[in-house]
Amino acid sequence: MPAIRMSKRWTPFNPETVKRVPGQLGVYQLANAAGEIVYVGVAGGRSLFGLRGELQKWLAAPQAGAAQFRIEVNMSYRTRHLELLMAYRADHEGRLPAANTDIDASRLGRLSPA
Amino acid sequence: MDLQLTEEQTMVVDMVRRFVRREIVPLEDKLDPDTDELPEEDHGRLVAMVKDMGLYGLDIPPDYGGPDIDMVTRTLIAIEMSQHRAGLYAPCYGVFGGAGLAQLFEANDDQKQRYLYPTLRGEKKVFFGLSEPSGGSDPARAIQTRAVRDGQDWVINGQKLWISGADKADYGLLFARTDSDKGRSGITCFIVETDWPGFHVRRIVHTLRSARYATELQFTDLRVPDANILGEVNKGFAIANDRLSRQRIPYAAVCIGVAIKAHELAVEYAKIRHTFGAPLASRQAIQWMLVDNEIDIETSRWLTLVAADKARRGDPFRKEAGLAKLVATEAGGRVVDRCMQIHGGLGVAKDMPFERWFREMRIRRIGEGPNEVQRHIIARDILGMSLR
Ligand SMILES: Cc1cc2nc3c(=O)[nH]c(=O)nc-3n(C[C@H](O)[C@H](O)[C@H](O)COP(=O)(O)OP(=O)(O)OC[C@H]3O[C@@H](n4cnc5c(N)ncnc54)[C@H](O)[C@@H]3O)c2cc1C
Repeated sequence: MPAIRMSKRWTPFNPETVKRVPGQLGVYQLANAAGEIVYVGVAGGRSLFGLRGELQKWLAAPQAGAAQFRIEVNMSYRTRHLELLMAYRADHEGRLPAANTDIDASRLGRLSPA
Repeated sequence: MDLQLTEEQTMVVDMVRRFVRREIVPLEDKLDPDTDELPEEDHGRLVAMVKDMGLYGLDIPPDYGGPDIDMVTRTLIAIEMSQHRAGLYAPCYGVFGGAGLAQLFEANDDQKQRYLYPTLRGEKKVFFGLSEPSGGSDPARAIQTRAVRDGQDWVINGQKLWISGADKADYGLLFARTDSDKGRSGITCFIVETDWPGFHVRRIVHTLRSARYATELQFTDLRVPDANILGEVNKGFAIANDRLSRQRIPYAAVCIGVAIKAHELAVEYAKIRHTFGAPLASRQAIQWMLVDNEIDIETSRWLTLVAADKARRGDPFRKEAGLAKLVATEAGGRVVDRCMQIHGGLGVAKDMPFERWFREMRIRRIGEGPNEVQRHIIARDILGMSLR
């Protein structure tokens, strides 16, 4: 069974590291310096430069103290994105990551991962 | 026997076709290619349009406030509604309204008040929980989730797999074993609420499908009152089975809609795309693919309309519904595959809808009773044998 939460190591969030991110579709997380997730994002089928392009947009307008990132190339990017948001919510008493103001929480499902 | 559409059917088909082409398809050019939801403002606007058309709540019986639409017309509408990228699993993104699950119309008055009416008003969502890790083709034997009586309640323990939409549902129909010695006569259907203690959505099951992902459920001492049994104790399997036969007709119809749309795109493309100094359409190899599409579409269309007509007349239609499901899902897969081929690289790119149809169409040969099970049912009917 695939892991529900992402557990890869964090990479420092700067133009040098982001330049090396692939252009594929998938999901990503941003964290502050303390390793707390501040955003769960997706590079969907309409993104011009995939994960790299999405992360570059964040570099141009950094928010919520994003200092590290990690990615997962995933063609089921949409369901995986929703899953990561739901898992975060289950782990944080119903809250979403600080910078995920783009998500309408009432439209998300409820997960209670083991 | 009249194979012509009535004037009213022609009018409804034209109206839905215009709606899909003018309202749904242009929106998809901007949405994520894998989405199954519209932005709220578009959804609300389109629901209002569908209400004006008199087609809202298509599957709600007229006694409950739905439009009076017979099964053949309903099938024709389903063929139109699915002619867009998300059309296979999210026809028109749900703006024609849902009716919940057909079984709830058989519920008692108290259950209708608590579950059916709020669902018809769009206030509650429901899931259908039959399949388990132990198997979905033969649920009567495979179900291992158990419900044990405890005073006025039942206590349920077990697992379900592949259940669509359970994480967003307010309640669902859950089939559990209440008598281990009785096989298919030992299954009961419970209405369970998703915020009751002991109900857990453990994970999303990622599949080829972009829309409406499936989930895995776990029940630990989930306590359900007697009043939440749908129908009678040990008679739940008939409830599940009834839904499965009925569902096969619209299930086939949407595959035909997608095939028609894919074929239409391929015909257009074959006329304008040139290779080696001539349009693709001039090559016999391509012409034959288009002819094969035509054969697949027409065969499935007529088989499905025959099944719908039998259901409309109140005649037995199990065999016809099985044939329709079987033929339309296989034909749909072949048509989408050929259209992809005709489009070359564009056929497999996310710019075009083929790759989504290709993935989602593959599921149709497994969902709603795998095609081998349809053949099994049809063979039994032909041979006059009862299903074991
Ligand atoms: C995306 C998705 C969504 C779903 N949503 C729901 C849902 O909301 N609710 C729900 O209850 N279920 C749902 N299902 C489950 C679905 O109905 C089952 O997957 C299906 O019934 C097959 O069951 P199974 O996967 O356990 O395969 P099995 O029962 O293990 O069968 C495996 C294969 O064996 C073959 N086979 C089976 N019987 C025979 C036979 N008699 N002769 C020859 N070959 C045979 C078939 O090829 C079949 O595909 C969903 C499935 C998917 C993929």
